Amino acid sequence: MEKPTNPLVATVRMHGQLAVIDMAGDIDGFADETLEKAYGEADASGAPAVLLNFDNVDYINSTGIALIVGMLAKARMSHKQLMTCGLSDHYQEIFNITRLSDFMNLYPDEDSALKDVTTPAS
Amino acid sequence: MTTTEASWPNQAHPNDQAEPALEPAQVGTLGMMASLDIPADDPFLNYLQNTTGVVDIERLNFDSPGVQSLREAGVRLILPLVSQGALVGMINLGQRLSEQDFSSDDRRLLGNLSTQAAPAVRVAQLIRQQQEEALERQRIEQELRVARLIQQLLLPKSLPAVEGWQVSAYYQPARAVGGDFYDFYTFPDGRMGFVIGDVTDKGVPAALVMATTRTLLRSAAEQFMSPGKILERTNNQLIEDIPPKMFVTCFYAILDPQSGHVRYANAGHDVPYQWTADGVVEMRARGMPLGLLPGMQYEEKETRLGPGECLLLYSDGLAEAHNPQREMFGFPRIRELVGQSPAHAELLPFLLDNLSSFTGPGWEQEDDVTMVMVRFVQDQPADGQVNKLTKTLARFELPSQPGNERLATQQVVEAIEPLNLPSAKLERLKTAVAEATMNAMEHGNKFDPDLPVKLEVTVTTNDADLMVNITDRGHGQPIPDAELPDLTAKLAGEQSPRGWGLFLIQNMVDDMHVDIDEMHHTVSLVIHLDEGAEHGKAN
Repeated sequence: MEKPTNPLVATVRMHGQLAVIDMAGDIDGFADETLEKAYGEADASGAPAVLLNFDNVDYINSTGIALIVGMLAKARMSHKQLMTCGLSDHYQEIFNITRLSDFMNLYPDEDSALKDVTTPAS
Repeated sequence: MTTTEASWPNQAHPNDQAEPALEPAQVGTLGMMASLDIPADDPFLNYLQNTTGVVDIERLNFDSPGVQSLREAGVRLILPLVSQGALVGMINLGQRLSEQDFSSDDRRLLGNLSTQAAPAVRVAQLIRQQQEEALERQRIEQELRVARLIQQLLLPKSLPAVEGWQVSAYYQPARAVGGDFYDFYTFPDGRMGFVIGDVTDKGVPAALVMATTRTLLRSAAEQFMSPGKILERTNNQLIEDIPPKMFVTCFYAILDPQSGHVRYANAGHDVPYQWTADGVVEMRARGMPLGLLPGMQYEEKETRLGPGECLLLYSDGLAEAHNPQREMFGFPRIRELVGQSPAHAELLPFLLDNLSSFTGPGWEQEDDVTMVMVRFVQDQPADGQVNKLTKTLARFELPSQPGNERLATQQVVEAIEPLNLPSAKLERLKTAVAEATMNAMEHGNKFDPDLPVKLEVTVTTNDADLMVNITDRGHGQPIPDAELPDLTAKLAGEQSPRGWGLFLIQNMVDDMHVDIDEMHHTVSLVIHLDEGAEHGKAN
């Protein structure tokens, strides 16, 4: 049986004051380096807010949650806003029960996130 | 005449029944009857035993406290009553009414009297002794009847009827009636509690403690649906009333008849056995017997009974039965027999047959023998085969390699496609299956590709519950309880950012059970398919 995993691809682009990380694939243990690299790039851009775009992410597991917690910790240390958009209802629920949504706002899309950049999210 | 009460061993007392037909002699004041106590170790008694004829106390060249008290009481003559070499009594005479000395005729008459009276007194004493022994036997018998009655009144009159389950019980009291008991309790949600216990001591005291324990257990079950809590509460209440040096061993289990899941705790009782398709497993859980120390806590363990599998609870009367060579039936033999039973529906008769062959005919049962068996009645179904209670939708295994949790999820999703699960439930189940499979591969099997993770997907035939069982070879290491991870501490770098798996699993399904035996962990994920189900999480 072929491997059902879908390795993560992450690219960073600027949208106004937002550094947007577009992600496609699975956020699991294999996504570690990809995410770290992408976040480093977004951080280096000097943008005050980083948006994680989950539009093309179908799978996040507990290791993936841990990677997101790691990014959130870094963002808070450098006083950057970390935001999300494009999370499915299911993963929104997971962000809620894990309390991640207490520390990073969940937006339906990129434009709604952009409007909130000047206002601290948490 | 005085009657002399001498409490010496193995020698009965002179008494009214055996009073010889002799004109009463008086001691001291006319008509006064005195009672003298001569201690059993007074050497005078030994002297009398070896003397023939009448003893004139004035001429006696012997002194002892007994002789002193006889003299003080005004005794003049003593007739020892000796039968078959044993002093069975004495006739004491004071001064004659005429105040004359006893004549030689008197003495001869008294001598003859003592010779004839002694055997009569002895016979009377033996009769009284037998009557007392018979009364004592009656008292013991009566007490045993009461003890038996208490036990019979309190043991369940009938066995619980649970669809799809066979419940059997056997109870045979020893003649002396030990303190064994068993009981069943139906919880409001249909779960069945079953308990076996053994009170130290025998007879009425044990029966009363057993009655109290049973009542306390029942009352605790009305408040808690946790075997550990039930034992804890019972222990704390029992300890206030239980007599010193008595205690109660007790095993308590709660079965969910829908899923076969069993949660149990043990207060020092003989370890029950679970018969599974893979062999016999001991159901161990730590806990002190009830009634010894206050504030005890009782470890809870879980297991699951698959179709055809059963549990055996028993008391030490079975394990400690002896054969004529004084060998013990023993725990290893019970365990072996549970494994060998040709048909587990007949496990109790099978064990009893073996016990009977072991002890041989004429066995005097030393202690109560009690057994309770609970069995999931279906035979092991072939893959996909529909049976009465559950149907297996899929059974497969995967090598323990990172990423294979996605394969597990994929195959479970395919297997449950006909159930048309609402998408939210399906997504939650996918996450739970992936997380549980990851844990099994990483923590249970240490990513050893030769150790597969086994998955089984079943659904109850009334379509009430969907269950996914995920099994690894975790060698009995406990799985920690799921707790809400402390995100603030993780963000502050005080804790690892990891540690979300169990928490996610527990929040994604309606129920999660963990069964641990010597070889495996099995995590069972349960989704209630009924939309109207009370549990809200997965609706």
